[in-house]
Amino acid sequence: MATTTVAPDVQLSKLPAATGQAGLVGALRSEFTKLRSVRSTYWTILALFIVSVGVAAIAGFGIASNIHNGPWNAAGTDATQASLIAFFEIGQLIIAVLGALVITSEYSTGMIRTSLTAMPRRGTVYAAKLIVFTTVTLIVSLITSFISFFVGQAAMSGSGVNASLFHSITIPQDVNMSPGPQNGPPHYTFIGHILISPGTVLTAIIGCALFVTAAALISFALGSIIRHTAGAITAAIGLLFVVPIILRVALPESWRWDVVRFFPDSAGQVLSGTVNNNNPHLWSAWPQFGVTLIYAAVFLVVGAYLFRKRDA
Amino acid sequence: MIEVRGLTKRYGDKVAVNDLSFGVEPGKVTGFLGPNGAGKTTTMRLILGLDYPNAGEVTVDGKRYANLAYPMREVGALLDAKAVHGGRSAYNHLLCLAQTNNLPKKRVGEVLELVGLSEVARKRSKGFSLGMSQRLGIAGTLLGDPQVLMFDEPVNGLDPEGILWIRNLMKALAAEGRTVFVSSHLMSEMENTADHLIVIGKGKLIADCTMAEFIARSSGAAVRVRTPSADQLVLALAAKGGTATADSDGTLLVHGMSVDAVGDIAFEEGIRLHELSVLRASLEEAFMELTADSVEYHAGVPGATAKIGSGV
Repeated sequence: MATTTVAPDVQLSKLPAATGQAGLVGALRSEFTKLRSVRSTYWTILALFIVSVGVAAIAGFGIASNIHNGPWNAAGTDATQASLIAFFEIGQLIIAVLGALVITSEYSTGMIRTSLTAMPRRGTVYAAKLIVFTTVTLIVSLITSFISFFVGQAAMSGSGVNASLFHSITIPQDVNMSPGPQNGPPHYTFIGHILISPGTVLTAIIGCALFVTAAALISFALGSIIRHTAGAITAAIGLLFVVPIILRVALPESWRWDVVRFFPDSAGQVLSGTVNNNNPHLWSAWPQFGVTLIYAAVFLVVGAYLFRKRDA
Repeated sequence: MIEVRGLTKRYGDKVAVNDLSFGVEPGKVTGFLGPNGAGKTTTMRLILGLDYPNAGEVTVDGKRYANLAYPMREVGALLDAKAVHGGRSAYNHLLCLAQTNNLPKKRVGEVLELVGLSEVARKRSKGFSLGMSQRLGIAGTLLGDPQVLMFDEPVNGLDPEGILWIRNLMKALAAEGRTVFVSSHLMSEMENTADHLIVIGKGKLIADCTMAEFIARSSGAAVRVRTPSADQLVLALAAKGGTATADSDGTLLVHGMSVDAVGDIAFEEGIRLHELSVLRASLEEAFMELTADSVEYHAGVPGATAKIGSGV
């Protein structure tokens, strides 16, 4: 920087006359620019995609090989869920990092003071952040969910259990096993069958994307409440992953599920299920997803209140 | 026009700003002086609505900052040059600010050129020196072509080249008829740039006067004059209420009069001057004495300037 004077030869163009006032449209553009102009956005989305699709492929090959070696393993296999489990269990944690960062990075860098000086109407800033992040996350989640499904099913092709969005499949519901000849394979008879329609599969794929988006919003809201990157991510992962797992292990069987069903991450398991009796202990898919949404809504409202009320 | 009325801000037990009232007039450079921790930054944060006052109010052109239609078109404020997301390029940083106020995209390139950052526009601001960050921050304040500009300690930590650049910029902005409100903890910073002074200590107003008044009324401050007609000037000054003492090398030290007044008198009397300057050291001392024990000077707004003359 060699210049020591204000560059006198630079002419600033005249601004167009102002009408109305700075509002949501400008704030939305600004927040989209912010999101697309930092590397952490791309890294987290890339990580989400690689983990979700990668594990879907590995799980697919695993199931296919398992069924190849023991055809009786086909009974009750939820191929759709197997392709989505990495996405909704691990993917939610990865996108939770982005959700927290969207808001906490403003505080850790001090950018929030610059942002709120440019646009002091905080409700508008919060709404714009929320809308942009939700939209981007939903699109990314839908794409990841569909690709995880297709890759996972492709890896299972020929196994007889791989689901499809274009035609119904039938899988054996259960199996009756008896010992076979010495050193030979066991005898097995399939009992009943389950019809998995394309509609069921589509609901699971879209449901998982909605669930992951809702989980990301919980993290976003925790970010606006805690305002500290590490703290918000820890809280989000604790609530979405660690605490529910501990409870599932630690609580007695008799009332374990009465507690677990009140946690936001339980919805992933039932939303992704395409085989009827998936988890009799939880509520059915949409009421269970309602729990996740209630968490997101409550935290978002608290976050919005604090975002407006606290000193920046 | 910035108006501060009865502003009080507490952080826990600590009172950062205490019943502060003053106005910043348009079309001149107003220096906001006070020792470190006097409450200058807090006052500026309160003006911008980043922090909320416990009592009192602040208006910019008669409105609360948050109610300005397009804040960036009315006020350009730089409180902390490092309050940016370091992972974002200079261009994208300014773009996301411009978008909030619906400012045209081409302004971004123009202000970058104005501050001499065009070549690093696409570089992430993480690697910027303090001087470059300061330029980036100033570019942001100029995006909306505002009539009011606020800078908090703009030369802190800058090298001499950067200090000169900022000084010239502030003068240029004021010369265009803009209101410039700039804080500093050094009197010497203000001496050549400010027309008006607001001095605070421990969150309270100590002085609100013009630079000339401050110089004239600070008992320690003296005007240094070198003239071939020393006797004639001493008489003329005495007639107007100034006291002059001759130095050993023939220069005069005039007390109780501003540098402007001394020059005017000499001109009226047709006295040739070879040197006319403010004694820098004594001005800095006057400021330090004034703020050293701020508690003594809690006289409030009306009597504050009178205290300077009699109290020091």
